[in-house]
Amino acid sequence: MGEDIQLMKGNEAIAEAAIRFGVDAYFGYPITPQSEIIEYLAYEDPYNKRTGMVVIQAESEIAAINMVYGAAACGKKAMTSSSSPGISLKQEAISYMVGAELPGLIVNVVRGGPGLGTIQPSQADYFQSVKGGGHGDYNMIVLAPSTVQEQYDHVGLGFELAFKYRNPVMILSDGAIGQMMEKVTLTPQLPRENKILDWATTGKTPDRERNYITSLYLDPEVQENHNIKLQAKFQRMKDTEVRYEEIMTDDAEYIIVAYGISARISQTVITMARKNGIKLGLLRPITLFPFPSKRLFELSDSLKGILCVEMSAGQMIEDVELAVRCKIPVYHYGRMGGGVTSSTEVFEKFVSLFLK
Amino acid sequence: MNEDILIAGFGGQGVLSMGKILAYAGMMQGKEVCWMPSYGPEMRGGTANVTVIVGDNKINSPILQEFDTVIILNQQSLNKFEQSVKPGGKLFYDSNGLTTLPTRKDINIYHIPATKTSVELGNTKVFNIMVLGGLLKIVPIIDIQFIEKGLYKSLPERSHKLIPLNLEAFKQGEAIVEVIQEL
Repeated sequence: MGEDIQLMKGNEAIAEAAIRFGVDAYFGYPITPQSEIIEYLAYEDPYNKRTGMVVIQAESEIAAINMVYGAAACGKKAMTSSSSPGISLKQEAISYMVGAELPGLIVNVVRGGPGLGTIQPSQADYFQSVKGGGHGDYNMIVLAPSTVQEQYDHVGLGFELAFKYRNPVMILSDGAIGQMMEKVTLTPQLPRENKILDWATTGKTPDRERNYITSLYLDPEVQENHNIKLQAKFQRMKDTEVRYEEIMTDDAEYIIVAYGISARISQTVITMARKNGIKLGLLRPITLFPFPSKRLFELSDSLKGILCVEMSAGQMIEDVELAVRCKIPVYHYGRMGGGVTSSTEVFEKFVSLFLK
Repeated sequence: MNEDILIAGFGGQGVLSMGKILAYAGMMQGKEVCWMPSYGPEMRGGTANVTVIVGDNKINSPILQEFDTVIILNQQSLNKFEQSVKPGGKLFYDSNGLTTLPTRKDINIYHIPATKTSVELGNTKVFNIMVLGGLLKIVPIIDIQFIEKGLYKSLPERSHKLIPLNLEAFKQGEAIVEVIQEL
């Protein structure tokens, strides 16, 4: 068995991935339910013991994301993580990063809100993540892991996409996946690259013009052209980066659409339904932006209905409804404020909505 | 088949650690495993519980409402989780600290007097591994050799010298588990 398999918490998997994928810097500020990320990094001390990766506990969430902005402007792979209230604080800088076309990774291990809310898992930050939580017209790729393995893998994928598009990427996890332990197959250690990128601010370089990183263009014509360029980039993401998983959709008459921990709960609902002879399938978006709208539209021709399962008052359902253009009934089921849905509850809800 | 297990007791009793040892051992045996703690504003002396799923199939929902096997280590947990055992399932308890006993007639019930035995042996710290010994005697989902491997994998090297003592306690647990009610 040559594979390196470990049992890890979802949060620990993110931290180990940061080291293994050769990330240059992590800046964070502790908040439940994701404090294990910074705890693990502090314990591993990668700066001294592994890759030379910088780990800093900043004085606040806002300081941490602005440190990411600074490191990204130098062309470095930098990331931060927090949970819902902390992510709200970071929104201004995320908007600035998009405006300045800076890559970076932001991890949100979502907890119940609004306000300080609760430390229990939730998925109520969907709108904030996929519709642009800060000001201005912008999007970022949002990855939604549903296993501890994906928590790990999405760190690598997140940085790949962030640098491909020069845009921040968010991992939208939740307290349940952050806290639970599962097997993770670890990838070999990659070195930190120390590449000099042609757009990065790396000090005075003799053979090029100076690089200037900003999101401020006072001339409205220039700013509008900048926006047009950004929108073209978001369109390229929509054309090429949609990711999703389908379970038993081939013969399905109904499907559940769910991501993250709700998708795991829904997998059990699918097995319950199949045992009862109900042709129920699951579509699990892996990217929430870009959303698998096209695939849902295709599927809707052969479906009688869709149930969206989310731990929120119903946010993703708006994208599902848009995707199927009201051709078939779409309903929402979920819990809020840290309440976690059970498979039985979802199954009973499905039966009462569609089969009675 | 997957075995859905809940372990519930006091915070500080080693409830979460016990679950971890089980999960590590399952992993060493090549099984699918998932460890899901109750997390919240928990504290020493408060209640804590953990769900562990061990089996051969891909694990779907880690959030469960009923379990094949439930291990009860304090009164609050008995009150809260006795009804969560699937009909025909198994309930294990340590009577130390319990003022009432399980009453269900449709489940199998076992007693592991681990607190008492570990006190007699003069080492209360091995209490939780003793409970695991009792559990795996009745529910043989993991071999003892993988418990040993799991301990080596999960414990820091400075604690490895304590593993033989823990394996002794594990065997002790296998010896002390008593059947209270079998269907």
